[in-house]
Amino acid sequence: MIALSLNGVNKYFGKTQVLKDIDISIEDGEFVVFVGPSGCGKSTLLRIIAGLEDASSGSVSIAGQDVTYEAPSKRGIAMVFQSYALYPHLNVKGNMSLALKQEKQSKDVIEQRIAKAAQMLNLESYLNRFPSELSGGQRQRVAIGRAIVREPTLFLFDEPLSNLDAALRMNTRLEIANLHKQLATTMVYVTHDQTEAMTLADKIVVLRDGVVEQTGTPMELYNDPRNQFVAGFLGAPSMNFLPASVFNATDDRTLGVRPEDLFIDEAGPISAQVNHVEQLGGDTNLIVRMDERQLTLRLFGQHHIAEDSRIRLNFANEKAYYFDANGNRA
Amino acid sequence: MHGALILYTLIALFPVFVIVINSFKKRKSIFREPLSLPDAGSFSLVGYETVLKQGEFFSYFQNSMIVTVVSLFFILLFGAMAAFALSEYRFPGNKWMGLYLALGIMIPIRIGTVAILELMVSTGLVNTLTALILVYIAQGLPLAVFILSEFMHQVSDDLKNAARVDGLSEYTIFFRIVLPLVRPAMATVAVFNMIPIWNDLWFPLILAPAEATKTLTLGSQVFIGQYVTNWNAVLSALSMAILPVLILYVIFSRQLIRGITSGAVK
Ligand SMILES: Nc1ncnc2c1ncn2[C@@H]1O[C@H](COP(=O)(O)OP(=O)(O)O)[C@@H](O)[C@H]1O
Ligand SMILES: [Mg+2]
Repeated sequence: MIALSLNGVNKYFGKTQVLKDIDISIEDGEFVVFVGPSGCGKSTLLRIIAGLEDASSGSVSIAGQDVTYEAPSKRGIAMVFQSYALYPHLNVKGNMSLALKQEKQSKDVIEQRIAKAAQMLNLESYLNRFPSELSGGQRQRVAIGRAIVREPTLFLFDEPLSNLDAALRMNTRLEIANLHKQLATTMVYVTHDQTEAMTLADKIVVLRDGVVEQTGTPMELYNDPRNQFVAGFLGAPSMNFLPASVFNATDDRTLGVRPEDLFIDEAGPISAQVNHVEQLGGDTNLIVRMDERQLTLRLFGQHHIAEDSRIRLNFANEKAYYFDANGNRA
Repeated sequence: MHGALILYTLIALFPVFVIVINSFKKRKSIFREPLSLPDAGSFSLVGYETVLKQGEFFSYFQNSMIVTVVSLFFILLFGAMAAFALSEYRFPGNKWMGLYLALGIMIPIRIGTVAILELMVSTGLVNTLTALILVYIAQGLPLAVFILSEFMHQVSDDLKNAARVDGLSEYTIFFRIVLPLVRPAMATVAVFNMIPIWNDLWFPLILAPAEATKTLTLGSQVFIGQYVTNWNAVLSALSMAILPVLILYVIFSRQLIRGITSGAVK
């Protein structure tokens, strides 16, 4: 079953086109992440799916129904916003029950759904608190709870972790992954953070300037990026790019090598000067200069390498990616 | 800093203080020692007696109250609704409409007095409180729309969108989500409008000078004669006129302070 399909969606704000011919189809139960740099149109696309913004052209169907002209509340969706967007004058319980009351659900159903969501999210002891009395992480869980109680056919998340600190972000990311396992509902998740995309997604949609650059599983995109943008966007530290002419004077393509595919080799073709060493304990990142260019190396384990020393680098040819002048794989 | 503020407060409150103390004095003492407190020799309630015996006083008071409260209510309601539409919905001419409404802040409504009077005569509204209320609503709306739309811009879009996803209608979003969040701004607008309406002499004199529709400010003028002014009565009437404004102000002021400082303190 197709949970969500977007057909030829375009969006203009005045004269500027922010979404160009978006065609996306999402299977039931999939966790799909839209990823791209800020300003590329992710939120706009999500708002169009939710019905909070009208598409300039194209159509949106949810669970086989054309909902292009349907109100947000009639689309069977629930949305979690970046700023949490909790109702400040309602307590946690009030926040979670508002939509259900609006749907005229019975008291029992409301109580029972809130109890279930509160238990899932460890919010039981906070039900009577107001949003101003909660920490950032708790507010985020309330926002998620407010979405869960509606039992939607489609969850929409707009950068839900970007206001949390690093430790909390990792925990909440796990919670969201677990939630998806428990509920098995289709989820669409928007982020600019490639780590979130790689770790959460069944399927990633990479967007740039309102265009879908590539769609696929995280490993498909990682191992077989269609163009230089996708190759550079996914993976941290990001892929190194060099003109291939460094190795072969007649080659005008760009060469890409991932930091973990570069290694130190006395007989290697690249000579570089160590600029900086980042010791992460488990990994060591070397930032080196090769002529005017900066390369990043990721070594497993701990390495003690003096800064400013000269080293030689190598990589396996089958690990190299080549891109033509337009950035496409060649 | 505090010293300067206290000094300013004293200067601002001094005239009020003088009015109130003198309203409790005999006529002679008012002129002989205007700055001294009433004592056993100079204390007198004759001003208050005159005003209250006049009989009309309560009716004037009631008129002022009705005009002020009803005008404020509609200024806030219509102002907030217009501000919401201007800040929330994208429609052609949105900017121009906002500018057009804001223009009224710079053009005093009194310029149109003759036209307003003609309008009221031909609609038969002369000597009704309705005439005053309509004029005051028109006078208060531009500033109300201007201030409130600034504040409504600040209400997070995510919050309104969350409410839309939850199935709330635009009216419910306006009344239940947005209005409570701009309450400080509403209080600010209320205070800014309340005092000019309460104190206005111009429109009551022109549009509703009849005995039955006189407001307090207009009514107090009977004590100011061309040759003799009954200062006891004037001062007592003024002192009593301050009271309701003071009460309304206290009601709004806690919100007001938050309205003025919001944004500065997050
Ligand atoms: N209401 C709007 N009016 C005009 N331009 C907008 C509006 N909303 C978004 N944009 C523009 O559309 C582009 C995409 O915005 P957005 O979808 O928020 O990006 P993202 O979520 O990927 O960071 C941006 O360039 C932004 O400036
Ligand atoms: Mg965004």
